Amino acid sequence: MDAAPAIVSSGDTAWLLASAALVMLMTAPGLALFYGGLVGQKNLLSTLMQSFVLVCLITVQWVVIGYSLFWGAGGLVGGTEYAFFQGVGQDPLVGQTVPHLAFAVYQCMFAVITPALISGAVAERMRFSAYVLFTLLWATLVYDPLAHWIWHADGWLLKRGALDFAGGTVVHISSGVSALVACLVLGRRIGYPRQAFPPHSIPLTLLGGSLLWFGWFGFNAGSALGASGLAAQAFANTHVAAATTGLAWLLIEWVHRGKPTVLGAVTGAVAGLVAITPAAGFVTVSSSLLIGVGAAVVCYLGVNVLKARLGYDDSLDVFGVHGLGGTWGALATGIFATKSVNPAGSGLVDGNSGQIVAQLLGAAAGWGLAAAGTYLILKVVGLITPLRVSAEDEVSGLDLALHGESANPGSSGTPSVASPVRDNVTPIRH
Amino acid sequence: MKKVESVIRPHLLDSVKNALQEVGVVGMTVSEVKGFGRQKGHTETYRGSEYRVDFLPKVKIEIAIANELVQAAVDAIVKTARTGKFGDGKIFVSSLEDVVRIRTGERGEQAL
Repeated sequence: MDAAPAIVSSGDTAWLLASAALVMLMTAPGLALFYGGLVGQKNLLSTLMQSFVLVCLITVQWVVIGYSLFWGAGGLVGGTEYAFFQGVGQDPLVGQTVPHLAFAVYQCMFAVITPALISGAVAERMRFSAYVLFTLLWATLVYDPLAHWIWHADGWLLKRGALDFAGGTVVHISSGVSALVACLVLGRRIGYPRQAFPPHSIPLTLLGGSLLWFGWFGFNAGSALGASGLAAQAFANTHVAAATTGLAWLLIEWVHRGKPTVLGAVTGAVAGLVAITPAAGFVTVSSSLLIGVGAAVVCYLGVNVLKARLGYDDSLDVFGVHGLGGTWGALATGIFATKSVNPAGSGLVDGNSGQIVAQLLGAAAGWGLAAAGTYLILKVVGLITPLRVSAEDEVSGLDLALHGESANPGSSGTPSVASPVRDNVTPIRH
Repeated sequence: MKKVESVIRPHLLDSVKNALQEVGVVGMTVSEVKGFGRQKGHTETYRGSEYRVDFLPKVKIEIAIANELVQAAVDAIVKTARTGKFGDGKIFVSSLEDVVRIRTGERGEQAL
């Protein structure tokens, strides 16, 4: 670290604190509603809960040990010097102009949303106790070390030159790949793919997706750790990529399927946000247009073709959007990073072909740790408690079985059960 | 006495109701129903997964009328509910054994 100005900048601190609040908004209600609209109504509350509970659970984990594993000194993982936020105070973070506490609480929001993203792959069937145990272990054993590897000065991937501005690998590859492994370990929902699982509320999904977009300005532009030109660059790139991918997804879908869908537009926008995340502070706005188009192609194929071909039940397409979008973003950062935007990174456009290798290494490390960690953690959790709810509870709905509540109770307090007329839809096989 | 049940396109309810009133029908029962015939259902697509929805929304009108009125009523429904495409619906005419007006206890044609 360079010699630090030992002063806190009010402007930088204001932006970082506001960004922390924006990233919190991404998990609840953003992600909660985005996912909640996509499941059946009988599972709406349990899906909302999978996001909301992590705001509580991972925050506590972060204070107790998570932040220290991330930001403490050490080779493979941070030490315990910051456990319980010891020594994390109002003085500036070394080398920065923001209080150490502001940085720690900002990073907390990233640690919260990452395991919450995985929940979309195991939606409508995972037992709550197993989910809580899994996410707690996953945050501790996968997220905290991976973030340390890529963002901490002692991290081996940082030393190898892997670029990840705001968490393309740390957040999106890790959650997306873990989602794929988790849905394979848990198995498909009963009836999938013979039975249809249409979303119960696209309006909720649009609301949640739009809140994700809004919060993502804090996620990416906040990662500049100051109210700077770089923050403005990341902000603009974020917005442009989201818009571009949303538009490109609509066009692809319109040509391929005949109709532009609301769900396609919002899915595309999220895919664009994922892809620009690692690149946001390294590329030009015009590169963001290209990254956005690439994200639409890659993620559209993943969601529309790959999933059906391989037959895994990634219920809400976490792998297709975050795993593949994050991987594309990591590689795209190696292509489009330029010193004219940020002296810290130069890619193929600057004639530095070696950056692609560093990006591949970073992405591969993310894939490997996420896949192995998720598999092992689920196997251990499975010894303690069943991972899935009973078949009966799965069919009648998780809200009542797990939480004793219903999102839309009938007049007598009974859950709104399946209507034989409304739910008589069957999937079409091609 | 006859009971005339017709299943029609929801958006044509107003026209059919007015036409029936014009020919002298003084009461009716209307319900929102779902079903399919030759029109079949429609498909919905979510992220590339296509679903077929078999039952389409329709409106069912039930009227109880004297025999003399049946032809005019059926003609009025056919004229106003027809678009010429699959999905225009059907009319079912059946004999009605008795009718009771609950308020007065009148029976038969008196109660219509």
